[in-house]
Amino acid sequence: MRREVPLIITGIVGITLIISYFIPHTPFNLLQDLFTDWYQIVAAFAIILGILNLLRISLDKVYKKKKGWFFGLVVVLSFFFIVIPGFFFSGGRGFQNPGTPFFWIYFYIYIPLMSTMFALLAFFVASASYRAFRARNKEATMLLLAAFFVMLGRVPIGYYLSSWLPESYQLATVADWIMNFPQTAGQRAIMIGIALGIVSSSLRVILGLERAYIGGE
Amino acid sequence: MKFFDRLLAIDRRIIFLFVIIAVTLPLFSKATLHIEVSPMVKAVYDAVDNLPPGSKVLVSFDYDPASAPELQPMALSFFRHCFSKDLKVVIIGLWPQGPVQANIALEDVFRDPEIKAKNLKYGVDYVNLGYMAGNEVVIQSMGSNIHTTFPADYTGNRTSELPLMKGIKNFDNIDFIYNLSAGYPGTMEWVQFAVDRFQAKLGAGNTAVQAPGMYPYIPEQLVGVLGGMKGGAEYEIIAKRPARAVSYMLSQGVSHAVIIFFIIIGNLAFFVTRGKKKTS
Amino acid sequence: MSTSIGVWIAAFLTLGIMSFLYKDNPIYKFCEAVFVGVSAGYWFVVEFFNVFLPKVYDNVGIAVNVLLVQGRVDWFHWSYLLGGILGVLMLLRLVPKIGWISRWPLAVVVGTTAGLWLINYLVSNAMRQIQSTIIPLYVAGDLNATIGSIILVVGTFCGLIYFFFSKEHKGAFGGAAKIGIWFIMITFGASFGYTVMSRMSLLIARMDFLVGTWLGLIR
Repeated sequence: MRREVPLIITGIVGITLIISYFIPHTPFNLLQDLFTDWYQIVAAFAIILGILNLLRISLDKVYKKKKGWFFGLVVVLSFFFIVIPGFFFSGGRGFQNPGTPFFWIYFYIYIPLMSTMFALLAFFVASASYRAFRARNKEATMLLLAAFFVMLGRVPIGYYLSSWLPESYQLATVADWIMNFPQTAGQRAIMIGIALGIVSSSLRVILGLERAYIGGE
Repeated sequence: MKFFDRLLAIDRRIIFLFVIIAVTLPLFSKATLHIEVSPMVKAVYDAVDNLPPGSKVLVSFDYDPASAPELQPMALSFFRHCFSKDLKVVIIGLWPQGPVQANIALEDVFRDPEIKAKNLKYGVDYVNLGYMAGNEVVIQSMGSNIHTTFPADYTGNRTSELPLMKGIKNFDNIDFIYNLSAGYPGTMEWVQFAVDRFQAKLGAGNTAVQAPGMYPYIPEQLVGVLGGMKGGAEYEIIAKRPARAVSYMLSQGVSHAVIIFFIIIGNLAFFVTRGKKKTS
Repeated sequence: MSTSIGVWIAAFLTLGIMSFLYKDNPIYKFCEAVFVGVSAGYWFVVEFFNVFLPKVYDNVGIAVNVLLVQGRVDWFHWSYLLGGILGVLMLLRLVPKIGWISRWPLAVVVGTTAGLWLINYLVSNAMRQIQSTIIPLYVAGDLNATIGSIILVVGTFCGLIYFFFSKEHKGAFGGAAKIGIWFIMITFGASFGYTVMSRMSLLIARMDFLVGTWLGLIR
């Protein structure tokens, strides 16, 4: 029953939501609203589950003095550094208002850390392009040329490099044409393929043929 | 020959140095650049510009600080445009950081003398309903009833008690949706649920990574999309308020040129060394 | 140069993360650990105040109030208690002996997603896209539009043929698949170009913060 009950729940919920698309009336609209409300609540608790798991792993690292335990301690202390002001010193539900301690930590600690982490990608994209982006064959050359046209056409520098050409041949126009036609065609093909894949996977999940999400015994 | 071998084996930190210089030096320049407004950005601008005063616009902030350099300028320009046209703005977020980014954008926009003079009131001219977990299920739920999806705003006030929200039940009462998106959930989910299920009208601002994937939706499902920082710069130009995004365009262009230069040099070195290996 | 302590802390953290570009070091590891902890704390506080309180606590509060004051059962608001219980069951995943109970709320999530995605991806990403591809190939008086339409239709069709791996890519079928892959290469090239644009934007903003906001070198 440990595996069968979840499969039955998945099937009932999935089929109800499919039916509610075609019959948006009582009781299916009410059931749809019920399941979607529960989904939102469970999704929030799933995030909290991940956070509690992170704390458990970090505390375990500190307790057993594993390699890098100091940074595990930093993780835990940083967690409480924002949680305590957020819960107790930031005006309750208005905790995100500018001027609260929570907002200060968000603006001067969270934003710089997150922004810089992702800004590092600029360096790695440059390094990876230099080392790995090779025009080994026709297909790779097409990829490279499309990238060049788009990279130059989508910045003002492209205008200054090609303003002497007739408008139809300027870099910006060529870049727009690539994006609107061949790029859109390729994207559409990929999108349709993915959509059909998702439809078949969803059907397998609803019918109980796909059980990987249940896990072990 | 040894030169090209050494070129291929160059320390990546040299490349990093070139990137930093390419990005930083242009920031000191005050040069104004020619920026052409694309039809897609103009379509979004016109869709908002054609709304009569008092129209309700829903803005969904679906991004985090990592994507703020690209999307925050769009948010600012959009808010300025909406408020200058006396449109009513309802803010939500499908990402937890979204509503905070919205507050930061509102703070910036309220410093504008033209907007400040309007004396906009929270709850009457704009509301921030905050974040709700559930990804696309939130959009689905909003299609039935926004009040049950967002029972309270981001400060805890009951949504049903906010004057602006009294006339809004679901997407039928929203005149235009603008989605600022950095990934999942984002514009694709808004198209699938709000547009195709509930026939809402949608425009979007996306990070440059995401923007190419939205082209198949244009124009039947999506009015237009502002792609990356360039899209934000275009909106600033068409709104006649050049700001941050415009000022970054020179750095953007120089950095692209540097990347292309590295790719060409890398390929040159590769083919020269490969040719020498073949002959030897 | 800025005199705000917050800006100096932000600058230290920014440079700490960037020090990784030279090589991995304890300052970077410290900043990374702070990022992980603060992110987790941020999500925790937001989920509590933005989801749990309005969705569960407030709604159950209304249900209790109606029961005590009006003496009737408000099933609509009581249903949120069941949602809260499902959420708590999710947390039981942390207890190995009774972790299997978390499959029930997970089943609700999976079922909801599957039910919604099946219809929505089929409608928006398949049917509507096919509809947008069935366009007139010839546009009278507009050569550019005609060429564009042909490219859209041929590109989409050949791209789909490329992804059909149940049949060997030989003969005419193989030829169409070859054309398909050219379109897909152009798509990937354009995506790469936009990805570079996106990554550079992030770095531009950080450098603007360092030299502009922190050091005050740019007005």
